[in-house]
Amino acid sequence: MSFGNVVGALVPLNTLGRYVHWHFIQISVANLIVIALMVLTFVVALVAPFPGRRRRRENR
Amino acid sequence: MSDVERQWTTRLRRRAVAALPPDKLLPDTQPSYVASWIYVFGVTTMSALAVVIASGCLLALRGPQWWHTSSVGHFVNSLHLWSVEIFFFAMVVHLWGKYFMAAWRGGRSLTWVTGVVTFLTSVGAAFTGYVSQTNFDSQWISTQAKDGINATGAGAYFNVLNTGQMLMWHIVLLPLAAVLLTAIHVLLVRVKGVVPPFDERAGAPAVTNHDANDANDTNDEKVVDA
Amino acid sequence: MRRRVESTRFRPDVDAPAWRGGHVPYDIIKEGTIAFVVVALLTVALAVLFGSPDEYPLSIKSWSTYHPVDFANTAVKELDGTSASALYGAPYNTASPGQKLGPFTLARWVGVRIPVHSARDFVLGPLASLPGEPVLKGDLTQYERATPATRQRWLRAYSAAPISFSNGALRDGATQAGPVPTIISSLTQMARSGALDQGLITQSGFYTTNYTLPLLFLADGSYLSSVATHQHLAGDQWGMMNETGNYPGQAWLWLYTFWYQIPPLNTSPNADVLVWAIMMVLTVLLALVPFLPFVRSLPRRTKVYRLIWREHYRNVQSIEQ
Ligand code: HEM
Repeated sequence: MSFGNVVGALVPLNTLGRYVHWHFIQISVANLIVIALMVLTFVVALVAPFPGRRRRRENR
Repeated sequence: MSDVERQWTTRLRRRAVAALPPDKLLPDTQPSYVASWIYVFGVTTMSALAVVIASGCLLALRGPQWWHTSSVGHFVNSLHLWSVEIFFFAMVVHLWGKYFMAAWRGGRSLTWVTGVVTFLTSVGAAFTGYVSQTNFDSQWISTQAKDGINATGAGAYFNVLNTGQMLMWHIVLLPLAAVLLTAIHVLLVRVKGVVPPFDERAGAPAVTNHDANDANDTNDEKVVDA
Repeated sequence: MRRRVESTRFRPDVDAPAWRGGHVPYDIIKEGTIAFVVVALLTVALAVLFGSPDEYPLSIKSWSTYHPVDFANTAVKELDGTSASALYGAPYNTASPGQKLGPFTLARWVGVRIPVHSARDFVLGPLASLPGEPVLKGDLTQYERATPATRQRWLRAYSAAPISFSNGALRDGATQAGPVPTIISSLTQMARSGALDQGLITQSGFYTTNYTLPLLFLADGSYLSSVATHQHLAGDQWGMMNETGNYPGQAWLWLYTFWYQIPPLNTSPNADVLVWAIMMVLTVLLALVPFLPFVRSLPRRTKVYRLIWREHYRNVQSIEQ
């Protein structure tokens, strides 16, 4: 049940939320995805090669 | 000192320009160690904040309840929600990155501290936004959060059940604070320059933070190679 | 006098080496513009793809229409002073000392700043504002003139028999409950008509933006919390970080909501103030990371920075060889 018309939402997420239970931990699948993406983004940002900065010398 | 030099205006300008000369404020070079994707999350956070504010301004045009009844309004609300999610997402990755660079070194601890305060302010801004939605979510969140805030004594003045008060905090006070804090945070980065890497060579370097703030000092003999 | 030698020693987690290396071209405005465009496009894409949640608000009307018995039971509690809001303490009233942080009762110190008298504000006041209704008026006068002991006797008598709802009206088997049956059934009718929603918000005049009273009343019943629990939003479900439906919520509150799940906080009557205190301490520690001896050295020890600045270290190495 939703107030406004969910116009534009190709994949509306306003169905009953799905949750992961693990011992006392309960987390929505949506939040879990967000957190996993955050960790993934962090790791990728660390290891992905940064473009345009190859083969440079530094004067030390 | 001449009369002109004694003026408040003149002194303020001198100090401002000395602290942040144009080539530090808007640099056109940067130290060559700045070569990682992790550096983009500060500017990404700032961009997301800009989109949050822009979409919030669009929501403000037709008033707080417009988005419930208009499909255009609902779409603008979706922009607002998702930009907030991106904002926090980028801010957290930015925080992790700065932590693992120990980016407070060399007299940059205030940059870190202002970052944390900005984070807190943003949490408050998001919270007041959630309770200003005027829907089921805001009913539930406000009646739950009142217990936490009342228990500290702050609820006597910061009444989360007072929708008008929360809306004002959400659209005026907290965004203003967040933008000001972000400005201070970013200006501090410009003043201090981006933190240099740990020195791994044997023997401690002789130079410490007292004179190490020249990472961005473009007046030094600098070597530019593209 | 001893001389302090430390101040000139290089502290690797506090001081930074001076940069004597090179600089490369950097277009800060272009970088900012690209970042903004990318974020804006990503926002539009997510908004088009997923939209955003917007669940209808509940109302006193919908509560009393769909769950009249829960509503009536809550009204009785407001009347006899046993509802959550009636027993709350500061900032609403003095019925309880409120939560304690060790020896400190912070809320009580600040005092009653948002006075709420549950019986008067939720039940008697709104009913008295109804025009006409001579029978109800008589019952209200009788109730207000009765001694507290008499009122308690009526309320006990009313609560002794179960309430039910059929054919559009509240049924109770109460005898010797004085004016209470009329009061509760009139309030239920008023609520079902929608007039109580209005009565609660317009107490401070024509214009209002303050929903303290209707929200407190709604939260005293079990309707609001049952809907929220169904949506997985309750405090003991890590609800603080959750959103209705399948949308991501305030994931950044994970640590705040975490404390409510573990003993002794999950059962403590002082959980709210204790969790708040824990979070304040942790927040201060986060702000002080640059000054905390062990924590600030972890970045150097974990060597994650070697990944970030790997090109720099590669260059240093090749120069030194
Ligand atoms: C609204 C939130 C924030 C915005 C818009 C923001 C923006 C920025 C920007 C644009 C920079 C420079 C570029 C870069 O290195 O990424 C920066 C640097 C920095 N930020 Fe933030 N930031 C925010 C929150 C935070 C938080 C929560 C922390 C940590 C607790 C933090 C700590 C730092 C530090 C220590 C630097 C200095 C980096 C260096 O010298 O290398 N910031 N920030």
